[in-house]
Amino acid sequence: MKYSYYPGCTLKNKAKVLDAYARASALALGFELEEIRDWQCCGGVYPLGSDEIATKLSSVRALADARDHGRELVTLCSACHHVIKRVNDDMQNVADIRTRANNYMQLDTPYTGETNVLHFFEVLRDRVGFDALAKKVVNPLKGKKIGAYYGCLLLRPGEIMAFDDPENPRVMEDFIRALGAEPVVYPYRNECCGGYISLKEKEMATRMTDTIQESASGFGAEMLITACPLCRYNLNMTANGLPVVYFTELLAEALGVKEGIEA
Amino acid sequence: MSNVSKTERQAAMIREISGANPAKCMKCGKCSATCPAFDEMDIKPHQFVSYVQDGNIEALAASKSLWKCLSCFACIERCPRNVKPAKLIDAARQIVEREKGGDYLSPDEIPALLDPELPQQLLVSAFRRYRR
Ligand code: SF4
Ligand code: SF4
Ligand code: SF4
Ligand code: SF4
Repeated sequence: MKYSYYPGCTLKNKAKVLDAYARASALALGFELEEIRDWQCCGGVYPLGSDEIATKLSSVRALADARDHGRELVTLCSACHHVIKRVNDDMQNVADIRTRANNYMQLDTPYTGETNVLHFFEVLRDRVGFDALAKKVVNPLKGKKIGAYYGCLLLRPGEIMAFDDPENPRVMEDFIRALGAEPVVYPYRNECCGGYISLKEKEMATRMTDTIQESASGFGAEMLITACPLCRYNLNMTANGLPVVYFTELLAEALGVKEGIEA
Repeated sequence: MSNVSKTERQAAMIREISGANPAKCMKCGKCSATCPAFDEMDIKPHQFVSYVQDGNIEALAASKSLWKCLSCFACIERCPRNVKPAKLIDAARQIVEREKGGDYLSPDEIPALLDPELPQQLLVSAFRRYRR
């Protein structure tokens, strides 16, 4: 099975391992991520203004490319996923944006939201299946107590992201269980880490990540997993916080394909 | 006189850019209760909604809340009336950036803010949120 894949700029740079472990794991699970040609950065935040078009075009281009290949589009970074999924919703449901974006793009076939956008977690849950994943695990992560950090962008707005129950998600916990580890549910797993505020306001951001880290360790987690390079960076600002790793690293470890991938 | 019409025009712009309807607000305060940036905001999310409705735009344009919102969408998810406070805040921010060229981040500041672990995503997002 082949999917179109949108890596995003951070996965080509500071978060290379998030990408490398995902590709290796995908092959071990019997699917392939084929990178879209000439993709451009999605911008990192969804342009909320209903009159913004130019800032949405890189997402539309990626979506149209997947459509042209007749494939679903897979993302890894929470932020890319959020932006592309919401732009796709605009292309499906907001006639004005759809018309103006297509006027700009001049594609051979206008794009009207045909592509299905899947986060890697959704591929694992809905295409591979967590039972099948569990069967492929060769190094079960026994005894590890892991807190899932969802953050905001995968879940909200729930109506559009349709990723999981935005207030009581479980996909990452099910993932942790499939790898043989023990998920730790803690109250702040879907509260914001501060996002881009950490660039200029470290103090405010650190206060927020301290709360998340304390919440997780207070409930017994020994480590945190995330899909988002910015969440990871922010959560690491907390002094003596729990280690934060990309979920794909644990996946590759459990599947026995971690060795040989340079971190 | 011209000031009044300017305010009216801006209030209309905020409603239009945001696509949100402040009139639906029932002032329950849930958005503010859930907002992780609440302590940092001079005008709280639920007040922000009232200010737009009352056309009190000058205060909004000067508010530091514009730069404290994290776009975490908690207020949007948890508002019982689908008012979308974050969209109103973002629209006000855009008006300030468009009209005053009011930027909260200048490229000159960047070198001092960098560290070896900092992900590209952070710079890209901050530029998009803080500048026109
Ligand atoms: S979200 Fe991020 S990592 Fe993804 S392409 Fe966009 S800015 Fe870059
Ligand atoms: S949790 Fe933090 S970086 Fe991650 S999605 Fe939210 S604001 Fe973004
Ligand atoms: S949560 Fe919604 S209805 Fe309640 S005060 Fe905020 S905007 Fe108004
Ligand atoms: S989106 Fe902004 S206003 Fe709304 S809860 Fe998050 S930080 Fe507060």
